This record gives sequence, structure tokens and C-alpha cells, in this order.
Amino acid sequence: MSKMNAILQGTLSWVDERFPLTTLWKDHLAEYYAPKNFNFWYFFGSLAMLVLVIQIVTGILLTMHFKPDASLNASGVPVAFASVEYIMRDVPWGWLIRYMHSTGASAFFAVVYLHMFRGMLYGSYRKPRELIWIFGMIIFLALMAEAFFGYLLPWGQMSFWGAQVIVNLFSAIPFIGPDLSLWLRGDYVVGDATLNRFFAFHVIAVPMVLLGLVAAHLIALHEVGSNNPDGVEIKKKKDANGVPLDGIPFHPYYTVKDIVGVVVFLMVFSVILFFMPEFGGYFLEYNNFFPADPLVTPLHIAPVWYFTPYYSILRAVTYPLFGIDAKFWGVVAMGASTLIIALLPWLDRSPVKSIRYRGPLYKGFLTAFIASFLILGYLGMLGPTPVRTIVAQICSVIYFAFFLLMPIYSSLDKCQPEPDRVTSK
Amino acid sequence: MKKFLTAILFAPLLAFAAGAELHLDRAPDKANDMAALQNGAKIFVNYCLNCHSASYMRYSRLKDIGISDAQIRDNLMFTAEKVGEPMKIAMQRAEAKAWFGVAPPDLTIITRARASEFGSGADWVYTYLRTFYRDETRPTGWNNMVFANVGMPHVFWELQGEQAMGEDHKLTVVKPGKLKPQEFDTMVGDLVAYLKYMGEPVAEFRKQLGVIVLIFLAVFFVFAYALKREYWKDIH
Repeated sequence: MSKMNAILQGTLSWVDERFPLTTLWKDHLAEYYAPKNFNFWYFFGSLAMLVLVIQIVTGILLTMHFKPDASLNASGVPVAFASVEYIMRDVPWGWLIRYMHSTGASAFFAVVYLHMFRGMLYGSYRKPRELIWIFGMIIFLALMAEAFFGYLLPWGQMSFWGAQVIVNLFSAIPFIGPDLSLWLRGDYVVGDATLNRFFAFHVIAVPMVLLGLVAAHLIALHEVGSNNPDGVEIKKKKDANGVPLDGIPFHPYYTVKDIVGVVVFLMVFSVILFFMPEFGGYFLEYNNFFPADPLVTPLHIAPVWYFTPYYSILRAVTYPLFGIDAKFWGVVAMGASTLIIALLPWLDRSPVKSIRYRGPLYKGFLTAFIASFLILGYLGMLGPTPVRTIVAQICSVIYFAFFLLMPIYSSLDKCQPEPDRVTSK
Repeated sequence: MKKFLTAILFAPLLAFAAGAELHLDRAPDKANDMAALQNGAKIFVNYCLNCHSASYMRYSRLKDIGISDAQIRDNLMFTAEKVGEPMKIAMQRAEAKAWFGVAPPDLTIITRARASEFGSGADWVYTYLRTFYRDETRPTGWNNMVFANVGMPHVFWELQGEQAMGEDHKLTVVKPGKLKPQEFDTMVGDLVAYLKYMGEPVAEFRKQLGVIVLIFLAVFFVFAYALKREYWKDIH
């Protein structure tokens, strides 16, 4: 036994002299001290990584059978569309892999939205964690690009017309717009060239960017340490060995805790995957079971649920400005609505980080913001009517007011004093 | 502030009242009724699979619903040489387009595509197939309640008989067919059950597997939670 141990020790030191294996293990797991008071909201970071792995593994398997080809087969069905049905029917366990990937796409956004909301609740974006937040926001943008490119691939009606609408948005940019959208599509309409380039972006380009950014997100996090529901820095109070008094090693404490979170997540994931994979048309849109037909425009083109808040903001802009079309300003507003979130670290002037010690002003604005985000999301799934447009305009104003007025209301707010140490429960 | 919040929370309700209604009859659930599914397959092959293909569905898959290879070959397979082949048709798409104005769509996953907020795709097809009525202004002489000005004629007219639309937009039988209304509804129900099965042949197995997976996860949860509690008992 001791001889076995000696061999293992010898192998480990052989590796450690050439690669910092033990150092990495200690820095990121065994001696990474996380605050002991993480609550429910702190599950979603590790769950996002789990979903990323699910998407990559199922994506690799799907790539082995999917054919990015818009030409029609002998039965008059686009090859790409038919290859998805081939995966669903003829590839052993193909249906499971495909449903995991389609459910995983929605799960990714659900988990990431909850992860971002956690950051807003507890001020996780505040100094010294600004870069973690920035990396996270770029991950979010890359994730949206990944989802958009991937949605074209099954080549259904919604895939086709969704891509057509979004790429056409670029044509609203003055002067270069029409040429730019032509360049993006690679054709005058969304076609085979578009399908192939979106496939390349979806399976290689964006995933590589995503993985690099996730690594940067984690390295930055482990450099400064995790925030916690009290928003106080655990590194300010250390014991004689330099270990934070309120810190516990990530491994084994949070690894065993996260396993519980993973199991609960997988239960929810399985209920959707096995019993309602279309999720009432929200995860797999019904119209996307019709193959893409450039000659038949659907009555109602709606993006998938995770894009609808921004889509609503786009449609809410109905006034032309400076002689430029309203559509262009809609695109600007939509872009701004996603980018402005990245500015939170500099907009927030509150003396405290956590919602637990903030005053009524911030709580009121945050509630209004979440309500407007949800309403915008709901409206984005429906066709526009005059009343809906007005509701969307009001909600868009609230959405932006939350950010733009934050320097004022966050510094005026009546906050409670932060505790010295983290509190339990 | 509160009033304002209430206003923005309830304003959307006003916004969602509008929109055209589509009334669909509920298709009977026969997902586990093998006799109905087999009857549906027979009707599909005899009535639909001349103009419509089901090009993602292989004949051999019909073993799922209890039809043997020999039965498939002898009774159902009119358009293929081998049981492993998909359900294709001989009609050329260009010719079909000239005859009907539009090439008849592939029906493999039609019950998935026709789902909407008004009902399932099976409900849509079940209602569609039973609501053809006489309309001399149409080239085929037929029109439909859920698919206005459809290119397809009433394939089951001999069985259902002829319906006409009254001033109240309700259908009445003006010339009875070979089947009583109830028998006809049962027949269409069988066909729709088959179409639903064909849309996702793995659906029933998927649900069975889901139960097993959830039981496994529930057991796993007990151990994962016990492990977490054991490790965390000293953290206060």
C-alpha cells in the first residue's frame, strides 16, 4: 500500500515539476475560499457550466449527422430539415440528443438570466469585480449570437424567417446597411450560403470565443474572490494563516452542495425533455416543423422566448429621428438595451452592495425593471397592436430609466449599515 | 409607486384580448390503442399516401404499432420495394402543383406543425378532415372550415357524405355518405391517432423513459443531499 502511495506521489511530483497541477487544484478548488453563506441564487453559475458542457457534447454528436444543405431532396424537402428528422427517427438515441440540445438552449438562457439577476441582487458587479461582470456580459452577447446562428440550422419556417428579419435589421444602418446585410447573408435572400456560414459560426467560431471567455470569467473570479448575499468582503477578516474567517474551501463544501443543485436542475430539465420537449411551442416553435419556404411568409414571426424582451424594445421605437428611419433607431435601442447592462459597475453609486441593506428606492426601481423586462418578453411573442406598442414603449422607458437614473437614486437611497461579517440566513 | 406598478402589471391584459379565434374539436387520444393505430395506418396508406408523402417515415417502423414485416409487405406497401424504405409517392411535385395549385405537403410531422394556441396539431387535423363542405366557387367544388380555400378536395366524401354551410356558418349534412356520422368520426380519429404517432414514433417510449430517469434522479437526490448535510454539519 505504501509502495503504491510512493508511486502515486512520485508521479504527481514528476507532473508538478513540469505542469502546475497541484497548484491549480489548490488555487481553484481545495484552497479557493468561498463565503460560507451562499444561498439558492448561487447555484446558477455552476449550472451554466453544466449546460455549456451538455450543449458541447450533444452538439458534437448532432454535427455527425446534421447536413447544412438548403437544396431540396427528391421529396422536395430541404436536406438540412430532413437531416434533423433523420436524427429524430433513424439515428439511435438521436431524438434524445436533439431534445437535450434544444431544451439545453432554453435552459442556458434561463440559467444565465438567473445568474445575472443574482449579480444585480447582491451587487456582485461592484468593485473589485467589474471585469468579471464585463467578461460575463461578453459571454451573454456571444451566447445570443450562438443561439441566433444555431436557430437557423434546422431550416424550418421560423428559422428562415427569423434569420431574414434579423439580418434585414442591418439594412436599416444608413449608407452601408444594404451592402452590409447582403455581405452577412452571402446572398440576396437567406439561402444555402447563409446556412453554411451560420453553421461554421455555430459549431466553431462562437463556441471557441465562449470557452475562452468562460475561462477568463473564472480566472478573474478566483483572483478577487466570490461576493456573497451580504455583499461584504470576506478577505477583510482573516485568521493567522491568512484564511478568511468566513471562507470555506470550495472543494469539498461547494462541490457537494452543487451536486444537489445539479440533481434538482436535471429533474426540471428531464421533466421538460421527456414530457414536453416543445414546451408549448416556446422551446420548439410549432411553425418550425414546416420546412423553410422563401415564398410563404408566416403571418406572425416571433423570436424564441429568450430574445423577446429586446425584440419588443426594437418594435417599440416608432419615431424617425434626424431624418433616419425609425427602424434604425429601433436597432440602436435594441443594441443599447443589451450593452447598457455592462455599465452597471459604474452606474451604481450605493454605499452598500447587497439588496439586504439597500433602501426602498433601489428595491422599487429593481422591481419595476424586472416587471418591465417580463412584460417586454411577453409582448415580444405577440403580434403588435396599437395598445401593445404603447405598453412596450412605457416598459422600454422603465427599462432604460433603471440604468440611466441609477447614479441618482442609488446615491440618494436610505441604506442600512452593512455587517462586519457575513450573516447566516 | 404602487399604483403605477399595478398599472404596468395589468396594462398588458388589455393588450391581449384581440385576435381571431379558431374553434377546433378535440381529437380522441388513442396513443395506446394498437387496433386504432393499425386501422389509421391502413387508412393513411389507402387514402393519403397517393398525393402526400411521409418521407421521413420508414415502412418497417410500423412494427412499433404491432404490424409485422409480412403484413406491411402484403397489405400496406404499395409504393416501395423494401420495408426499410421511407413512405414516398410516385407523383411528381411539379405535376401536383399544376393540378392542385400547390404541391401536397409531406405529412410525416404534420400534427407537430399544425399545433397552435387553439389546440394540438392532432385537433387541427381532426377538425380539418371533418369540416369539408360544398362550395361551387372553388375549382374542386369543396371548401373547408379551418383551412379556407384549401387546394385539397374532400377525399372522404363517399364516406362522410356532403355537407353544406348554412347562413349561421354551421355545417349540415345534405347528402348522407356510407358511414354514420359517429362511424366517420371514429375513422378520422383513428387516422389522426396514426398521424400523431407518425409525427414522433418515439413519443410513448420517451415518456416511459422519463419516468425511469426521474425515479433515478430522486434516489440520487437523497444520497446527494445526505452527503451535503454530512459535510456541512460543522459549518455555522
